[in-house]
Amino acid sequence: MCQASSKKTMKCRTDAIAVGTGKGFQGSTIARSNYQLGPGRLPAKWWVQASAPPAICPSAPNMQNQRVAKRWHLRLLVLWVLAGISVSIWVFYSMNADIVKRRRERLLNMCEERAWMLQDQFVSSLNHVRALTALVTTFHLGKQPSALDQDTFAVYAARTSFERPLMTGVAYAIRVLHSQREQFEREQGWVIKKMHSNELQPAQDEYAPTVLTQDTLSHLASLDLMSGEEDHENILRARASGKGALTSPFRLLESNHLGVVLTFTVYTTDLPPDASPEERINKTAGYMGGAFDFESLVENLLRQLAESQAIIVNVYDITNKSNPLVMYGLNTSIGTTVSHISKLEFGDPLRKHEMRCRFYKQPPVPWSAITTSTGILVIVLLIGHILYAAVNRIEKVEEDYRKMEELKLLAESADVARSQFLATVSHEIRTPMNGVLGMLQMLMDTDLDATQCDYARTAHESGKQLIKLINEMLDQAKIESGRMELENIPFDLRIILDDILSLFSAEIKDRGIELAVFVSEKVPAVLVGDPVRLHQIITNLVGNSVKFTDRGHIFICVHLVDDENRVDVPNSQACTEQSVEVEEEESWNSCNTLSGLEAADKKMSWETFKLSLMHGSSEPTSSCLETSDTVNLLFSVEDTGVGIPYQAQERVFMPFMQADSSTSRNYGGTGIGLSISKCLVELMRGEMTFVSKPSVGTTFRFGLPLKKGDPSMFKSHAEANWRHPQNAPLPTKFKGKKALVVDGRPVRSQVTRYHLQRLGIFVEIICSNECCSAVSRVIARCETTNSSSSGATGNIDMVLIDKDAWGPNTGVDFPDSLKKQTDAGLNGLLTAPKLILLAMSLNDEEACKAQKAGFKDIVVKPLRASNIALCLQVALGFGNHRLKVRELTEGPGSMHNLLSGKHILVVDDNRVNRRVAEGALVKFGAHVECAESGREAIAKLQLPHKFDACFMDVQMPEMDGFEATRRIRKAEIAAAERLPRNGEVKNGKHTYRVPILAMTADVIQATPEECARCGMDGYVSKPFEEEQLYKAVAIFFEAAH
Amino acid sequence: MDVAKLQQQHLELTQALFKEGFLDEQFTQLQQLEDPSNPEFVAEVSTLFFDDSQRILAELTKSLDGDPVDFKKIDAYVHQFKGSSSSIGAHRVKVGCTVLRTCCEEENREGCWQALQQVKQEFFLVKNRLELLLQLEQQILAEGGTIPFME
Repeated sequence: MCQASSKKTMKCRTDAIAVGTGKGFQGSTIARSNYQLGPGRLPAKWWVQASAPPAICPSAPNMQNQRVAKRWHLRLLVLWVLAGISVSIWVFYSMNADIVKRRRERLLNMCEERAWMLQDQFVSSLNHVRALTALVTTFHLGKQPSALDQDTFAVYAARTSFERPLMTGVAYAIRVLHSQREQFEREQGWVIKKMHSNELQPAQDEYAPTVLTQDTLSHLASLDLMSGEEDHENILRARASGKGALTSPFRLLESNHLGVVLTFTVYTTDLPPDASPEERINKTAGYMGGAFDFESLVENLLRQLAESQAIIVNVYDITNKSNPLVMYGLNTSIGTTVSHISKLEFGDPLRKHEMRCRFYKQPPVPWSAITTSTGILVIVLLIGHILYAAVNRIEKVEEDYRKMEELKLLAESADVARSQFLATVSHEIRTPMNGVLGMLQMLMDTDLDATQCDYARTAHESGKQLIKLINEMLDQAKIESGRMELENIPFDLRIILDDILSLFSAEIKDRGIELAVFVSEKVPAVLVGDPVRLHQIITNLVGNSVKFTDRGHIFICVHLVDDENRVDVPNSQACTEQSVEVEEEESWNSCNTLSGLEAADKKMSWETFKLSLMHGSSEPTSSCLETSDTVNLLFSVEDTGVGIPYQAQERVFMPFMQADSSTSRNYGGTGIGLSISKCLVELMRGEMTFVSKPSVGTTFRFGLPLKKGDPSMFKSHAEANWRHPQNAPLPTKFKGKKALVVDGRPVRSQVTRYHLQRLGIFVEIICSNECCSAVSRVIARCETTNSSSSGATGNIDMVLIDKDAWGPNTGVDFPDSLKKQTDAGLNGLLTAPKLILLAMSLNDEEACKAQKAGFKDIVVKPLRASNIALCLQVALGFGNHRLKVRELTEGPGSMHNLLSGKHILVVDDNRVNRRVAEGALVKFGAHVECAESGREAIAKLQLPHKFDACFMDVQMPEMDGFEATRRIRKAEIAAAERLPRNGEVKNGKHTYRVPILAMTADVIQATPEECARCGMDGYVSKPFEEEQLYKAVAIFFEAAH
Repeated sequence: MDVAKLQQQHLELTQALFKEGFLDEQFTQLQQLEDPSNPEFVAEVSTLFFDDSQRILAELTKSLDGDPVDFKKIDAYVHQFKGSSSSIGAHRVKVGCTVLRTCCEEENREGCWQALQQVKQEFFLVKNRLELLLQLEQQILAEGGTIPFME
């Protein structure tokens, strides 16, 4: 819960900051939706929220949370490390297994290769021994006498020994029975000797003495092979089976190497393959034997192969499985335990052999597997460490952030407390200060001598300064503590601005500064907001400008933001370029600003000003038709003062900061005003900016979204609330007058026009850079008016000329110039316009001069609608008291303009009413006819008729006004069809259509809807009320103009 | 008679008329409509009003005596009377007319009768005063003075 609320406050605070810094005027209006509840009260609200949960609150559950999180982190870390270790172990094992497998395969391959070779060579040797048997059969036994003797055999055998690579040699032994021994010994010339001992062989059943030997086996000659145990056995087996037989390995004679002996039987005749062993034995002639010296020969063979050193090869005779006999190879204790066994087939089915191979060396340490797995492990551990460190760091930062949040809350609450303290104290100081000031005032009124009076005045002035400062501080503190509450009441912006002008008029009177105000036509007459604060903001800005300006102008300008945005910002060169563009030569008027001096912000230059004016006039409805009830206004206060130094510009809005300390010495003031203004603007959801150039000037601008007001609201509400002295309504008697404004500066002429338009005066501007061209244009304008009396142009009632129109005091000579061009001056014309001079300041002498020159009156600037009105009253000769009062309430000028020469039908059954209405209308110059009833009115309005308008009483006997109007309209439509030639349609209405206005005693009865439904164009209440009559009539006759 | 004295008298009388509520600002408006082109406008309108009103009052009296009373007719007359009295600014007569009309709408014969008496009385009072005022104005003009204007 606690966390949730603290989050909320945080969010709220960021919102508030967003508004506070406000990216722009637009931005702040978008953000507005958050603050629907009460504009201006927001800061107070968020503070309440922010300070409600105490700062210590979030810590306890946070800690617990963090501990839980920490445990989690540790667990995750351990898991991670374990996973990493297992992965690395797995990698190690799999790699190792792979290595072992490959080694085994290698062993297998090598072993098989050796076995195959050995077998191959063995078999080929064996086959060759068989071939030798064939040789013996053919040449030894088949021939009488034998074709083979020992020498031949030895040579042949030696020459073919390469065919028997594994054999040390071959020998042939003959079968000798005991009965044949003596004969044999005799024939051969030697006796049969016993093997091993070389002694005479004792008597046996039969003998096998070697007769033919290869040289390598010459030691076997004359030895009885039957005497050798292995040979004996072998011979018996070989002759019984008819196939080659192998002995088990034994130590060979002479060489004493391990070896085996191969024995083939040589038969006397060819035997069928299925001969019985007895047959075979009987037919046996002799035996061919060969010795395999395994030890040396196999070694030679293996040595030829690659990697012979790597493995140990053993060949076993496994005929007796339980006791394998070593045929070849060293002791089995050497070498690895891992071995491979390959079967060997040596052609003797009885004997079984096998080859066992082992690696000579132990398998090498699997370094690659070890390094890879350790590498993985290291990486895993490193990542774990990094993550752990990161988590720790984040926790630390979060902790720090939380602490700082707490500190910030504390600091902010301290700040609020300070502001509240200030607000309270300031208020408490103000009360006694008022007492002091009041007493001082009273003291000054008493009988004092000069010195005392001076002291008292000084004290009073100081007191006033002090109370001003306190007021400002109070405002500042109020804003900061969020206690500033804005009002929402309707007000007239133009009146406020006029009031500000009059406030400063005295101050700038003799300083030669031009102070002017301009409000765009599109700014609604009534706005809803806080007029007092708005007044304060602008007064602050203007006061600031007045303080720092001693030449040129101060110009307050209000536009709609939309207009302003549509105008492109001109480049910095625009100022000088324009001056060429606007009119021919301009030596003194370097810039088209109000006073001709350059201004800091080019947006205010004439070019853009004109553009925004143009937008204003070309689309007058665009702002009125806007559906939203809010208008975005852009206020700007431009001066041509000393400007703000660049290095001080960022401090401008800080309270109690002036550009530099010397400034306050020179100009006084506390520097709190701008800060307050900015705060107030932001409180009103606007934004304030400024542009300033040292020694050129400063322009402050601020945008404000204000609600549009309704004039009716204004009347009911404002009169009660807005107790301003300037609130006296502007006189309306100048309505319809025409004025000509002659000036050299476009901006200034626009300002003049603005004020005159407020009085209802139609304004034409003659803006020329030269006096003479202006004079000729004025004369031309006046003459056209008089020659053609068409309503479109109308008479010029007054000509207003600025005193400094074309440079200082040039305006005063304007009448003289007029006289020079036309002998009689304007007085020669039929209706002479009144000449009025607009001057910033005027001494008596100059005033006399102006009077003499022909000016009817002089308006002293700053221009305001009210002071212009006062002057015009005198100038236009509304001197007569009775007349004056009448004019004030009726303003016949405009009514006269509208109604003079018009034919109007008044329909009323009441004679008295009829007469009164007639009198009123005749007074305004209309030609009036009367009708007593609806019937008579219809008759009189039969087309064609001469009437321009009809006033119709609503309640009449026989036929009331509504019914009469309906019938008149019907007749008009019928007539329009009858006369199609003239039946033009203008604005959707027939030109035949005569405007009919209802006259009614009570407004409730004749609702506008009712009037419109039966074809009436409006209504006026009886008795005639000037304003209403004017409004109703103006719609038709102004349109007609 | 001295013009100044006449003027003083005129002023006092007008002030009294306004103060006592016989006249309202509509009468001032009428006075303002008077100018050299239309010099006797107020007098003309006043005379019209007197004639018209006397006729209407007679009609009203007759109607109220009749049996059955035609309240619709009375209402029409009262409306006319009210219109002309407000046109000339005879305030108290107008108020009386309003009362009379209310009674008429309620078809309250007795109330109507009383209200009519009241209206008659008011009318004659204002008629007397106005005639006196007009007479004074005539005299002032005859003496060559201007008619003072009350603010």
